[in-house]
Amino acid sequence: MSKRLLEVKGLTKAFGGVVAVSEVDFHLNQGEIVAVIGPNGAGKTTLFNMITGVLPPTSGQVFFDGKELTGKQPYQIAEAGITRTFQNLQVFENMSVIENVMTGVHCRLKTGFLQAGLRLMGVKKEEQQAFDIAMSCLEKVGIADLAFEPAEVLPYGNQRLLEIARASASSPQLILLDEPMAGLNPQESRQLVDIIKKKREEGMSFLFVEHDMETVMGISDRIVVIDYGKKIAEGTPAEIYENEKVIAAYLGTEDEEEAI
Amino acid sequence: MNHSRVNDLYNRHYGGLFLFIVVLAIVPFFVNSFFLSVLILVGLYAIVTTGLTMLMGYAGQISLGHAAFYGVGAYASAVMTGTHGMPGIVGVLVGVILSIVIAVLIGIPTLKLKENYLALATLGFGIIIFTFFKELKEITGGLNGFFGIPSFSLFGFSFDTDLKFYFLIWVLLIIGILFSKNVIDSRVGRALRSIHGSDIAANSIGVNIQQYKLKVFVLSAVYASVAGSLYAHYVTFINPNLFTAMESINFLIMVVIGGSANIWGGMIGAIVYVLLNELLKDIVPVFFPNVGGEFQIVFFGVLLVAILIYMPQGLAPTLGKLWGRLVGRKSKKQAVTGPPNADATVGGSK
Amino acid sequence: MELTSQFIQLIFSGLTIGSIYALVAIGFVITYNITGVLNFAQGDFAMLGAMLAITFVSMDIPMGLGIILSIGIVVLVGGIFERTAIYPARNASLPTLIIITLGVAIAIRGLAILIWGTQPRSLPPFTENNPINVLNAVLLPQSIWAVGISVVSLIAMHYFFNKTFIGKAVTACVVNRSAARLMGIKPEWMSFISIAVSAGLGAIAGIIIAPISGATYEMGLMIGMKAFVAAVIGGLTNAPAAIIGAFMIGILESFTEGLWTSGYKDAISFALLLLVLFFMPNGLFAKATGKRV
Ligand SMILES: Nc1ncnc2c1ncn2[C@@H]1O[C@H](COP(=O)(O)OP(=O)(O)OP(=O)(O)O)[C@@H](O)[C@H]1O
Ligand SMILES: [Mg+2]
Repeated sequence: MSKRLLEVKGLTKAFGGVVAVSEVDFHLNQGEIVAVIGPNGAGKTTLFNMITGVLPPTSGQVFFDGKELTGKQPYQIAEAGITRTFQNLQVFENMSVIENVMTGVHCRLKTGFLQAGLRLMGVKKEEQQAFDIAMSCLEKVGIADLAFEPAEVLPYGNQRLLEIARASASSPQLILLDEPMAGLNPQESRQLVDIIKKKREEGMSFLFVEHDMETVMGISDRIVVIDYGKKIAEGTPAEIYENEKVIAAYLGTEDEEEAI
Repeated sequence: MNHSRVNDLYNRHYGGLFLFIVVLAIVPFFVNSFFLSVLILVGLYAIVTTGLTMLMGYAGQISLGHAAFYGVGAYASAVMTGTHGMPGIVGVLVGVILSIVIAVLIGIPTLKLKENYLALATLGFGIIIFTFFKELKEITGGLNGFFGIPSFSLFGFSFDTDLKFYFLIWVLLIIGILFSKNVIDSRVGRALRSIHGSDIAANSIGVNIQQYKLKVFVLSAVYASVAGSLYAHYVTFINPNLFTAMESINFLIMVVIGGSANIWGGMIGAIVYVLLNELLKDIVPVFFPNVGGEFQIVFFGVLLVAILIYMPQGLAPTLGKLWGRLVGRKSKKQAVTGPPNADATVGGSK
Repeated sequence: MELTSQFIQLIFSGLTIGSIYALVAIGFVITYNITGVLNFAQGDFAMLGAMLAITFVSMDIPMGLGIILSIGIVVLVGGIFERTAIYPARNASLPTLIIITLGVAIAIRGLAILIWGTQPRSLPPFTENNPINVLNAVLLPQSIWAVGISVVSLIAMHYFFNKTFIGKAVTACVVNRSAARLMGIKPEWMSFISIAVSAGLGAIAGIIIAPISGATYEMGLMIGMKAFVAAVIGGLTNAPAAIIGAFMIGILESFTEGLWTSGYKDAISFALLLLVLFFMPNGLFAKATGKRV
């Protein structure tokens, strides 16, 4: 059995009176693809925000690779090896596509203000290094030909791919994807599934939120189900498929279009 | 094949710059003394606005308090050289150190704030510093001002004529711009711009956003302080009213006119601002004999609004294209000529 | 005895100036709630109101009429400002909008110098201004006018936003844009109404302070800044908290001035601003919120 990469214990977030996430525990092993599902407003994004340090948890702990990450800043968590994409796209619209991804390489490089300003030795080499890494990330998601375009002119689907390229540029051990398929057409979705599978073969792990059940069932090793902030089920796709609580949770919201 | 293209990422050809420097070197010998003094003023302002451009245009952090750093530099130099008879460089360094200390103290809490609050906090901080200039009368001379600041000298060489001073200022400015340009075209520059693009995403991919904001704030304060020091030596007399909130706003107007997402924007803005100002001073009285400097205030207020609405990228992109044609550079793709920034307006994400 | 009367005196002047800040601060809060913009021209509406009223009175127009005319004109100016500068830039980034309002503020200031010059001017008191003696402290009737009018205006605002159709629509718009649309009111007009109303409040503030401390072209900057501080204390969105903040600033200022020095008066208020921003960036009375991703 491979080692535990991510371990979440009793993670809780309250916004004033609203408890968005309540006492959630789960783990993710190295090389796994784990899906987090649940109806709208279940607390999935909030869970991601706590794991990546965007929001401080009200209580609970996050461990990664044996070290505690709770209360750390997002950039520290990225340095530790977790990056993410966003449900509401957060592409750097003021940069070109390649620069977006080169920014993703940030924590693997060292150039500081003085070194850069004086263009000391090593800066040029690092630029080349960042560029090469970024280019190969763009090639992997298939948008290398758009490298020099301003990121803001990219169509929605490509912006999603760009976020994934950017998140993978620092070669993190774990990437969190928040609804990566939202707004993609079926062909783009399939392409994205291939990308995720290929990256997993390279040793990356994924935790992702997704409403598209076909994808979820298709690529996840395990699934964590959240409803009203609480974990109601966890298991393999086959187990989840038959779990009554899950069915009830989704039936309860069947009239909303995100149901299975 | 792709790998050579890292060189296409940023325009780092210096042919145009060389030509520009040649022009700068020749110009002072063909203009009268008044125009020379105008060019010196342009250079001083441009040093401030270049730093401010990095802060506002690239990192997206608004500041309405930079006249304070300009003033700190000016008073540090005035006091060190005028009161204590120290060499000019000591004044500059004291100003820089003071500005760094103040910028760090103010920056740490202030830069956690967003847009509206940041604007307010920097404005408030500027007014507090102004109050100190005004009230610390034993040191600064208060509202009566500080007289008799000696001319700047460095290693025994005295910059005692306008011509010498012109070269001092413009050499410094070019160095300042090149330094900034180098910073922008690097890991650091991308980190700064990523904060502007989306601070949350920047943070989540490993950019320590507080630290970068603080560093660029400090850097811009240093630029302003150095310019302030030299300004004090140049005019030999300073008083607190030169460093008011209005002066901070003037710097901001220059940055916006020039175009905040272009490293030459600060300089272009300073040139256009000062020249327009002088032009209006000459022209307006011809038509309205009773009108004084107030017309300029109205004019720049309206110009600021108009540029932000109709030309949010400022003049730099347009002028950049013209200049490129002038020096015969083949225009490559847009990404080559500058940051492809359509919403190049000042500050934060939407 | 001496001390109590001085104390009361300082409270009186603090409340007077605080009531001015309250009016301008409420203008900020209204504009901010509806447009999300911090309007740096808000204080200059006060200056405009004062200058116009002074001009009308000097033209022998009856004072009451002159005041109403001035307020009307400033409301109009506010509306024009919104249509020409804010509306066309409504999709720009926030800092851009802030700088736009700054541009308008200095344009108004410059215009004021063009028209009225740089000399301070003053407005006669609204009524006979014989000092009233209260517990050995001197109370000027104009101060009563100032506090009274601002309280009445604030109550009127409360009524406007909670009881009238337009006001309720504006409030609805803050909560839910489509709800406002359902009520047949275009959200685009909300920013127009909010800025015009705020301009009117600013004008009232300027007019009631003019007989007390006079009027100059640059008075708007400081009034505006102090009102900002007040609004920030209220977290920018909370009107009652902003009013409390305004009176706090007014009293703090009058005590600094009366007991220590007028030189550092402004620095003290802004130091308070910075303290509030640093330690309670959402105001003294607000709950935390954040951008969602
Ligand atoms: N910053 C915040 N402040 C206050 N409440 C919040 C905040 N972020 C989320 N919430 C609330 O927490 C709950 C969970 O929201 P969250 O965005 O995590 O849900 P989600 O599962 O990601 O939903 P969706 O599928 O729609 O993306 C919701 O009730 C939401 O309104
Ligand atoms: Mg979500």
